[in-house]
Amino acid sequence: MTQREILQQSPQALIEKYPFLSAFFEGQHWMSKLNPEQSLADLFALIDDEHAEDHAFDVQEFISQLMDFIAEMKAFIGNETFQVHQLSILPGTNKSGEPEGFEKLVFEPRTITSIVGPTGSGKSRLLADIEWVAQGDTQTQRRILINEELPDNAWRFSGNRKLVAQLSQNMNFVMDLTVTEFLALHAKSRMVTDSGDLIMRIISAANELAGEKFSPDTAITALSGGQSRALMIADTALLSQSPVVLIDEIENAGIDRKKALEILTGEDKIVLMATHDPLLALMADQRIVIKNGGIHRIIKTSAEERTLLSELEKADLKQQQMRTALRSGAVLQRDMYL
Amino acid sequence: MNLVTISGPPSSGKTAVILKAAENLKKRGLKVGAVKFDCLHTDDDLAYEKAGIPVKKGLSGSLCPDHYFVSNIEAVAAWGMEEGFDLLVSESAGLCNRCSPYIKEIKAVCVIDNLSGINTPRKIGPMLRMADIVVITKGDIVSQAEREVFAAGVYAVNPGAVIMHVNGLTGQGAYELSTLLFDERTKLDTLKGKKLRFSMPSALCSYCLGETRIGESYQMGNVRKMDIKNN
Ligand SMILES: Nc1nc2c(ncn2[C@@H]2O[C@H](COP(=O)(O)OP(=O)(O)O)[C@@H](O)[C@H]2O)c(=O)[nH]1
Ligand SMILES: [Mg+2]
Ligand SMILES: [Zn+2]
Ligand SMILES: [Zn+2]
Repeated sequence: MTQREILQQSPQALIEKYPFLSAFFEGQHWMSKLNPEQSLADLFALIDDEHAEDHAFDVQEFISQLMDFIAEMKAFIGNETFQVHQLSILPGTNKSGEPEGFEKLVFEPRTITSIVGPTGSGKSRLLADIEWVAQGDTQTQRRILINEELPDNAWRFSGNRKLVAQLSQNMNFVMDLTVTEFLALHAKSRMVTDSGDLIMRIISAANELAGEKFSPDTAITALSGGQSRALMIADTALLSQSPVVLIDEIENAGIDRKKALEILTGEDKIVLMATHDPLLALMADQRIVIKNGGIHRIIKTSAEERTLLSELEKADLKQQQMRTALRSGAVLQRDMYL
Repeated sequence: MNLVTISGPPSSGKTAVILKAAENLKKRGLKVGAVKFDCLHTDDDLAYEKAGIPVKKGLSGSLCPDHYFVSNIEAVAAWGMEEGFDLLVSESAGLCNRCSPYIKEIKAVCVIDNLSGINTPRKIGPMLRMADIVVITKGDIVSQAEREVFAAGVYAVNPGAVIMHVNGLTGQGAYELSTLLFDERTKLDTLKGKKLRFSMPSALCSYCLGETRIGESYQMGNVRKMDIKNN
């Protein structure tokens, strides 16, 4: 639409045509008392200087922001170029300036990569390089490709298109809303219409992960630690815009971690996980070892490691059973562990 | 010299973000200076000094801090050039939701935090709407969903801006921000003749000027009354 065409439209007609504009118009308090069925041109004619000054309103600025918003949203919605089928890293250097010893590190949807290395070794920088879609312009000189191509700048700069979603232990819900209201708000911000079904799917996925179930009208701030984490994971899997999910350790308490990873990969996410817990690290398809600021090794999880994992899982299960037994007042016996 | 104006609600993380970004710029051998504008009190100058960043502070007292900013920024910029800074950062506490200290052709950054509430982006007016870069802080303590909802709220108010997440504590994102703050090709000679992005209202009623007494006879200047009957 040209500027002239837009001016002939009313806010209401524009929202009907582009439902995503309702968020934009909600922020326009200069028109809060005006009739949204009138054309923009007519609305502008109603505004005197005092009204404009009160609301810090400027016609030219408004039109250019409206047009920006429509153009960006149209580019965003259903645009194939923003589907990520592959993310890859081309090597840079470590802190001593030595080149990283790999040709190309590839991440695909539905796969898990664990990241290991001591604190301060450069894990954060690696994740920051991915988030910033580095193009040889960070300390490490690494370059990130998306779908084997130079990424669109929008990945870097747009508020609506972030490559990486993050889940970490320090995160809490802070909004004063029920689970359903909260998910509806998130869905709305993602321009998902008809979110009812999706909300129910997220809640039931979260309930599968959490030990104790919660109801859709629990306040999010009243959820237990495990329930919050479960809801964050299910929501990130099913509703987050970002194709890459970074997990910074998931604590063992009150959540089924294996299922959590399955939900994320089941939704086509590329999962990166910083962890030193063998139970988690070995669930990954590959493992990156970081040392002295660089990627030191890339290890494919071996058949032996996979066998070991299933033994560790058995031991873990026994521990959990003993925990349950303890809780119910039982006396533990040696053969519970053997 | 480059000049960048940074504004945002109190405690949104402006000082923290500027310090982290400045650290990265100093590593590149660039000389960074700061000026802090506030109303009654600030300790930010101490934080800048401690980080080895030369700083000036201006307190507007009973005036709108943004009005005070415009009357003083030219002189402060001249100081910055005398000192030979590569980048002068001006930090203003966004206390007046109607004004904003942004100048045409001078990079404008708004810092806003994830904890400030979902309606904040809609409430804070030109300070957010007119910024070139919006920095969102405190993402480390809220959920991914809340970050996305908040960023979408910011985007709806200022779709043209670069929107970045920066952690003021760990500095995550600050290097990336620093690359946008300084541009070698930009050379500011003087602010004289430059214009504000948005006119500031003449909000000069007697209370702006320090009047404390209540009553019709003490009200002068630009005074407006509520319509109680038809409210
Ligand atoms: N958790 C967290 N705290 C932050 C972050 N950024 C700033 N803070 C804290 O928020 C408080 C206010 O920050 P400050 O920079 O003084 O805010 P200003 O008033 O906008 O300059 C300080 O205690 C900071 O340490 C952040 O990204 N995460
Ligand atoms: Mg400050
Ligand atoms: Zn003001
Ligand atoms: Zn006043």
